[in-house]
This record gives sequence, structure tokens and C-alpha cells, in this order.
Amino acid sequence: MRELVSLLNVFCLLSLLAVGGGSAVLPQMEHETVTVHQWVSATDFATIYSLGQMAPGPNMTMVGLIGYKAAGMAGMLVVLLAFYLPSSFLTYAASHIWDTFKDNPWRDSVQAGMAPITIGLMLAGVYAVGKTASFSPEHSLHFNAITCGVGLAVTGILFAKHINPALLILAGGFVGWFFLKGV
Amino acid sequence: MSNPTPAALFAAFFRIGVTSFGGGLVAYLRDEIVTNKQWMTPEEFLAALEIGQTLPGLNSVNVAIIAGRKLCGPAGAIAAASGLVIPGALILVALGLLYERFHKNPDVAAALVGIAAAAVGLLLQVTLKIGAKQFLNPLDLFFVLLTFVLVALFHVSLPVVLFLVAPFAIILRRPRKPKASA
Repeated sequence: MRELVSLLNVFCLLSLLAVGGGSAVLPQMEHETVTVHQWVSATDFATIYSLGQMAPGPNMTMVGLIGYKAAGMAGMLVVLLAFYLPSSFLTYAASHIWDTFKDNPWRDSVQAGMAPITIGLMLAGVYAVGKTASFSPEHSLHFNAITCGVGLAVTGILFAKHINPALLILAGGFVGWFFLKGV
Repeated sequence: MSNPTPAALFAAFFRIGVTSFGGGLVAYLRDEIVTNKQWMTPEEFLAALEIGQTLPGLNSVNVAIIAGRKLCGPAGAIAAASGLVIPGALILVALGLLYERFHKNPDVAAALVGIAAAAVGLLLQVTLKIGAKQFLNPLDLFFVLLTFVLVALFHVSLPVVLFLVAPFAIILRRPRKPKASA
């Protein structure tokens, strides 16, 4: 029960802090779930995040799996509701009164000012997931070279070609299986 | 054009929730709501997206909430958002159970390492693409790097960053006085 309340507290707050989309709260989420509450290991977190990229729908639905690891099905339900409801209530209410602000020049200021902070947070999200998934001192140079190489290859291919990212994630799985099995 | 029922909304968003592999959900939503069903005009959709992007929460879920509300009130908002989220959640339960069961298997473990490494590359690409403008503007770049260093390296908590750094970023972008009208 206490675990469920902790999950509720953490993910409701993350929901309301997710300015500019879900990726912005990744670093904070990693810190809370791995370091503070230890619901998942750093490796679990990176894997769960990547499973979210493979499933259809909003990819942050992966938060449900963190709840599942922490407290089973009840944990999953609590986390999904905690993560989606607060921001949805806020959006629902705001879309009622939005017209009042539509022509307020400060709205553009807020968007322009928040944009670099969102990008900085997303970059911190790359770091939060990448520090286990792409480069970790526990592994050999060979291992890290392949994980970093896969990541950079995906980045490069996505810039060069219009391709469904889910396919590249699967391709990454194949490369991992081929080169890193038993390493 | 009559408004859809909550059931019709749920069905439409459920279909997106099942088929939208690989992200880019907003584009799927636009295709369905504006092009196929013609429930909203392009302008209405863009307005919904602007609200959805400004407020906290996932852009796609926020757009579903706004579109659902406009078309069908509270029941519509619930129907649209749950239709979008439920299929992925169910598939993730299945993936999660498979992960629990097989993550010690060396084949699966190696594949998962590759999958996670590829997911980092995807997130990096999205960040660079969305942030292209910010990386090229010195003032914006300063805030990008400041936020990154505070959060990633010093573990400053997110509310602190939002309430301490964001006001400065917004003030520096404050509305300029309109040019004297001719």
C-alpha cells in the first residue's frame, strides 16, 4: 500500500512537470525510480524505455511497466492513472479558457522561453538512458563501441531517411543479438 | 456534420492506438481526425496541438483530450484518451511479462542491449531535430546547456529547474513593444 502511494506521488508530479512532452521528465523519472525508490535497476529502466519505443501508442505508456515491477498489476494501474490523469485534467480545463489567452503576446514568450529548457531536459534524458544503454564502464570497450555505434547509426539513418523508427529499434535488437551474445 | 458518439471516438482512437508503431503519433491523429473523419478542420487541429504542446503532459494524449472534449464533452475526452493509451498499455504488459520471463536468456539479453542502444539513438535524433533552432541560437543554446548540466550532471530536481531557470528564459523572450502604428 505504501508503495502504491509512493508511485502515485512520484508519477502525478512527473505528469504535471512534463512540459514539452514526456521525454522532458525522463531524467527526473530515472532519478526517482532507480536511485531514490529503487523500483527498477538502471538496466531495467533503459530496457523498459526501449520497450516503450516498440509498442504502439504514446511511448511513455512504458511508465506502466515501472509500476508493474514495483507493485504488480495494481502498481501498473496506479502509475498509468497518475501519469496521465493530472496533465489531462489540466489540459481539459485549459482548453475551456484557452481563447482568453490566445492573443496574449506572453504566450509566445512562454513558448519561446520554454523551448530551450525542454531541449535541455530531453538531452538530459538521452544522458539518463544512455549512461547504461550506450556507454557503461562495467562493459568492455568492444561492447561499448557496439552500443554507441548502434545508437549513432540510428540517429544518422533517421536524419538521412524517412523510415519507421520501430524498425530501426528491431534492427538494433538484431545487431545486439548478433554481436553481443555472451559478451 | 454531426458529432461522433463517444463509442465512435473510442473506436477511432483505439485504431490509432493499435497501429501507431514507431512514434510520430500527432501525424496519425491528424490523418484520422482531419483527413479521414473530418471531425475537425486543419485550423482547429492546429489550435488543439498548440494547447497540447504548451501544457504539461504528452502532446498526443493532450490533443486527444481536447479533440474529444470539442466533439463530445467529458465522455468524448475520456473515450479518446483511453482509446489511444489502452492498446499500447496491453501490448506493453505482454512485452513486460516476456521480459520478466526471458531476460536471463543470453539471446534475449543481447537483443535487449541492442534495442536499448537503438532507442537512445532515436531519442537523440528526436532531440536534435526538434531542437535544431535552439542549438543554433546562442541564447537558447545557453539555456539548453544550463538545463542539461543542472539536471544531468548535478541532479538538480526538475521543479527547481522549471521554477528557477524558466522565468529567466521567458523574461528574456518577453514581448517587445509593438512598433508604433503608422
